[in-house]
Amino acid sequence: MSAAAPGTPPLTDERLLKTSPLRKLMGRPELGSVVGAIAVFLFFAIFADSFLRASSLATVLYASSTIGIMAVPVALLMIGGEFDLSAGVMVTTSALVSSMFSYQMTANVWVGVGVSLLFTLAIGVFNGVMLTRTDPPSFIITLGTFLMLTGMNLGFTKLISGTVSTKSISDMEGFSSAKDVFASTLTVGGVDFKITILWWLALIVVATWILLRTRVGNWIYAVGGGEDAARAVGVPVNKTKIGLYMGVAFGAWISGQHLLFSFEVVQSGEGVGNELIYIIAAVIGGCLITGGYGSAVGAAIGALIFGMTSKGIVFAEWNPDWFKFFLGAMLLLATLLNAWVRKRAEATK
Amino acid sequence: MARFRSWVSIALAGAVGLTLAGCSSTGGKRAEDARKAASAQGRAAVNTPRWTVAMVTHSGDGDTFWDIVQSGAKQAAIKDNINFLYSHSDEAQQQAQLVDAAVDKKVDGLIVTLAKPDAMKAAVARAEKAGIPVITVNSGSEESKKFGALTHIGQDETIAGRAVGEELNKRGRKKALCILHEQGNVGHEQRCAGAKETFKGQMQNLYVEGTNMPDVQSSIGAKLQADKSIDSVVTLGAPFAATAVKAKQDAGSKAEIDTFDLNEKVAGGLKDGTLGFAVDQQPYLQGYEAVDLLWLYRYNADVLGGGKPVLTGPQIITKDQAAKLEEYTNRGTR
Repeated sequence: MSAAAPGTPPLTDERLLKTSPLRKLMGRPELGSVVGAIAVFLFFAIFADSFLRASSLATVLYASSTIGIMAVPVALLMIGGEFDLSAGVMVTTSALVSSMFSYQMTANVWVGVGVSLLFTLAIGVFNGVMLTRTDPPSFIITLGTFLMLTGMNLGFTKLISGTVSTKSISDMEGFSSAKDVFASTLTVGGVDFKITILWWLALIVVATWILLRTRVGNWIYAVGGGEDAARAVGVPVNKTKIGLYMGVAFGAWISGQHLLFSFEVVQSGEGVGNELIYIIAAVIGGCLITGGYGSAVGAAIGALIFGMTSKGIVFAEWNPDWFKFFLGAMLLLATLLNAWVRKRAEATK
Repeated sequence: MARFRSWVSIALAGAVGLTLAGCSSTGGKRAEDARKAASAQGRAAVNTPRWTVAMVTHSGDGDTFWDIVQSGAKQAAIKDNINFLYSHSDEAQQQAQLVDAAVDKKVDGLIVTLAKPDAMKAAVARAEKAGIPVITVNSGSEESKKFGALTHIGQDETIAGRAVGEELNKRGRKKALCILHEQGNVGHEQRCAGAKETFKGQMQNLYVEGTNMPDVQSSIGAKLQADKSIDSVVTLGAPFAATAVKAKQDAGSKAEIDTFDLNEKVAGGLKDGTLGFAVDQQPYLQGYEAVDLLWLYRYNADVLGGGKPVLTGPQIITKDQAAKLEEYTNRGTR
């Protein structure tokens, strides 16, 4: 950067240039996924006759919300440049803890829910602290957590309950009010919507507000963009990362409580493999695997695409054997589209 | 680029040449087609309206057992002029959502498995509220009636386990190993517990990682090496029987290998004596009967079972029946 020659007017700073709304839109990370979501929606609207029924759409939204509640905090973590492979089983852990604590202590169900929140957040803190205090990348650390949790879920459940699933807590105090919060059904115009959809929307709003309107949001982007640079300008890198892992844990807690209160009993062996689905949703939604780029809305739309595809195949009466194939193809297409959109956006700046 | 292209064309030419030159006179697709010709074909045998029946199971991807259940269901669907839909997920939440999707489709009949009954309760209730008749298959005999299903078709796992214990007594076994290949599967626990109940000798459980065959083999092998007094091994799924046989040979053990469920290899093993006996629950029948009973209910309001589960097993299969069954396992119906 050479000093401007005397006599020429100083150039305006590029960051202060006004960009047109269309350009702004082109620069949004979730643009690719919005296009994808519309395409998937139209596709199933044409090829699956019962897809457009209100009750079918409610089922699709429910399926999307169960993925989306996790995809949103996972996206934030990925923007911060890290992974969490323990996110899938953490959901099961969270459900197991509240169920077994309430049952064994014969406590009000809400006590178990509270203990579960603390316990799940502690797992998040563990992930974050291990990552920031030690050398290995998050991929390895959370892989370790993932395996440990999988074993603990099964081992402890068997040790405490004597079987591989928990005992039912549906007759205990506080169950019905907790069910209202985590797993109730809202009937709007004769169609049943699950409350998880509201949780999902709330998480999208909160996460978007954090990312775009707060200092913490800037920290997340900075940490993901370049850790050393962020540290050099005074961003609390470690705190930010631990916070992001706690965010994932919070999402796992909501999902876990939903599992527990909608089914009353938790199977200890579940949740394995879902962590990848959350990551896929975030990536389809425009998050970069290297961090520093992405959005919560994008991840939510990624989850919506996932929900539409998984249920759309059923509505279209196709053979479900091909579901994973479609998912993989969609992931590739979405990432290519996202990359192309990003290139165009950067070129027109 | 040009070099790459020439490599590709050489490889393609080579592959085509090898295929043409190397025909096999035994086995393969041609033999399979000959077998297929001997299996049931068909078209609708009734003129009832084309009803739609959806089946939602707790199976994972690519499961042999559920393939056989499906082929039974499809055969009945052809005969009964039914449009048969199949979907599955091994995650309880996903399975419940798939049932919801079937209800949204307003199908005329629903077949579900209740491996995770509590998770399916709400979804099944929703189906009944929508006036869709439900039949449960394979797992959930205790909950089926409670949930308001017409009938349950399947095998009581505890009864099947007891039958295994009896058979082991008959064979004069003293120390048995029960191989659980899916940690967390309640039905599997019941099988081993049932066998323990009636078996007069000692019965130990061994947990293995079912999705990882080499691990299954080494775990069983290690156990057999460590304890030479084990004289029988019971596996809970057909694919694991062959693995247990390999492990036994590696360990130089004399144990007899017995198994739940059938497949081609198990039938062959029973015939040549490498396996002792198999306990079959006739998956083909579970699929076939479920579809057929829904047709009967729609057509004639018939319900089978008198409020009790309709059992498709256990059927103990030994060397005597193996030859005939091998033919059927070959075509994928047993």
